[in-house]
Amino acid sequence: MYRVRIDNLTKYYGNTLVLDAVNLAVKEHEVVCLIGASGSGKSTLLRCVNKLVPFDHGTIELDGVSIEDEKFKNSNELHKRVGIVFQAFNLFPHMNVLDNITLAPRKVHGVSRRESEKHAHELLQLFGMPEFATSYPEQLSGGQQQRVAIIRTMATNPHVLMLDEITAALDPELIGGVLKIIKDLAEQGMTMIIVTHEMGFAREVADRVCFLEGGRILEEGPPQKLFSTPTHPRTQQFLQRIIEAGRL
Amino acid sequence: MPAPPARRALSARERYLPFVFSALSVVVVFGLIARLVTRAEQWPRIKLQFFNIDAIIAAFPNVFRGFLTNMTVWAIALVAIAIWALVLAIFRSLTGPLFAPLKVFSILYIDLLRGIPSLLLVLLFGFGVPALQIPGLPRTGLFWGGVAMILGYSAYAAEVYRSGMEAVHDGQRAAAKALGLSQWQTLIYAIVPQAVRNVLPALLNLAVALQKDVALLSVIGVRDAVREAQIFTARTFNYSSLIAAAVLFLAATIPMARFTDYVARKDQERRLQRTL
Ligand SMILES: Nc1ncnc2c1ncn2[C@@H]1O[C@H](COP(=O)(O)OP(=O)(O)OP(=O)(O)O)[C@@H](O)[C@H]1O
Ligand SMILES: [Mg+2]
Repeated sequence: MYRVRIDNLTKYYGNTLVLDAVNLAVKEHEVVCLIGASGSGKSTLLRCVNKLVPFDHGTIELDGVSIEDEKFKNSNELHKRVGIVFQAFNLFPHMNVLDNITLAPRKVHGVSRRESEKHAHELLQLFGMPEFATSYPEQLSGGQQQRVAIIRTMATNPHVLMLDEITAALDPELIGGVLKIIKDLAEQGMTMIIVTHEMGFAREVADRVCFLEGGRILEEGPPQKLFSTPTHPRTQQFLQRIIEAGRL
Repeated sequence: MPAPPARRALSARERYLPFVFSALSVVVVFGLIARLVTRAEQWPRIKLQFFNIDAIIAAFPNVFRGFLTNMTVWAIALVAIAIWALVLAIFRSLTGPLFAPLKVFSILYIDLLRGIPSLLLVLLFGFGVPALQIPGLPRTGLFWGGVAMILGYSAYAAEVYRSGMEAVHDGQRAAAKALGLSQWQTLIYAIVPQAVRNVLPALLNLAVALQKDVALLSVIGVRDAVREAQIFTARTFNYSSLIAAAVLFLAATIPMARFTDYVARKDQERRLQRTL
C-alpha cells in the first residue's frame, strides 16, 4: 500500500493544462524530490494532494482512500495526514513561535494547551531552536522562520510531509540549517514529497527524483542515475542549465 | 569592539534657534490676524453675542451635563459598532452555499445603511420606532437615536474591517487551511487579528467622526450639549452657549485625533520594520 498514490491527475487553470495525467506513488518512508523548470506544475501537484486547489481528472489516494471519499469530506481529516510547508513560510505574524506551533494541535486535533506546548518545546529542542519559543516571527531570520514553519507542520504529526521550495526565499548561508532538518527527518523515516531547486540536496536526500515538464513527469529514477545519466533530452537540457548556473 | 560614534554635540544656539524662529513667526502671524479681527467695527457685537463670558458661565452646567450624555452615547456606540461591524464583515467574507444568506444580508445591510444620511436614520429611528409603541422595547429618543448611530456607523466600519481582511496575504489562508483549520477557525485565529491590527488607525478615524456626530441626537429632542446650548440661546438670545458646546467637543476630539495620529504612526513603523 502506498502512502500517497496519484493516478492520471489532470488539472486545468482556465484553458491551460497545468497537470497532464500525472502518475506518482509514494511508499511509506520514501523521499521523493520533484524537480523541473518554473511553471512545470510542481507546486500545483502538491496543492492538489492536500486539496488547496481542486483538480479535473484522475484520483489521489492516501493510504488507499481517495481524498474525495466521504472520509475526507471534512478537510481537517485530510490535513491531519498531509502537511505542507511553503516557500514564504507564512507564519502567523501576530502569534509567537509557541502559539504558531500549538494552534493546529489545540484547535484541530483537540490536544490540551499543556500537552501541545510540551510537544512544541520538545520539537524546538530537537530542531535546535529552544530559545525562540516566545519570539515573534518578525524577530527571526528567514532561516529561523522557515524552521519554525517546518516545526509547526510537524507538530500535527502528518503521515506525509510536502515541502514546496522551502529554501528558495533564503540567503545562501541560511539554507544549510533548514536542509539539515529535512535530512534528519528523512533519516527518521518521514515520508516526504519535496519540490526543490537544490540539486545537491536532492541527490543526498531523495530515494527517487522526478523531473516535471509541462505538467508531466518526463523521467524519474534514483538520484544517482537521473543526475548522472538522464535519458530524456529535456532532462539533460534542464540539468545542463542547472550545472551552468553552478547549482549541482 | 569599536565604540558607537559619539553624537556631535550641538551648541545651544544650533539647538534652540529654529524653535525660536518658528515660535516668533507663529506669534506674529496670528497676532496680526487677531488684531485685524478685534479692530473690526463689528467686533464688540460679535464678542457680546458669541464670546460673552457671563453667558458661557451661566450656560456651562447644563451644556456640560448634555455633553456627558454625548460622550456616554459615544462610548457605548463605539463598543457596539466595533463588535457589530466585525460580525458584518465576517458574514460578508464567508464562502460556501451554507453561508450565502448571511453574506447577502451583510451586503444588503452595508449598501442600504451606508447610503442613507445619518440625520435621516436618527430621525427615522428616534421618532419612528417609539411611535410604533412596540411593547417591551424602550421608547426614549436617546435609546433609538443611539441605535440609529450604531446601525449606520457599523456599515462604514464593516467596510473598513473588510478591507483589512482582504489585505491579509493569501499565504496566511493557505497556511491555516493546510494546518487543518476550518474556514471559521482560519478567520478567528489567523485573519481577523491581523485585519484588526491593520485597520486600527482607520477605525479610530471613524471614532473621531462619531464623536461629533453624536450631536445629531439633539434633533430628536435628546438633551445633549447642542440641545442644551440651543435651549439657552432661545431663552437669552445669546449664542455664547453654542461656543461653550463647541469648546467641549474640541476638548474631546483634538486629543482623540492626536491619539489616532500616534497609533497610525506606530502602525507605519511596524510595517516598515517588517522585513518579509
Ligand atoms: N492560481 C492560478 N491561476 C492560473 N494559473 C495558475 C495559477 N497557479 C499556477 N498557474 C499556472 O500553472 C502553471 C504551473 O504553476 P506551478 O506554480 O505549479 O509551477 P511550479 O512548477 O511550481 O513553478 P515554480 O518553480 O516557479 O514554483 C504555471 O503555468 C502557472 O502560470
Ligand atoms: Mg512552485
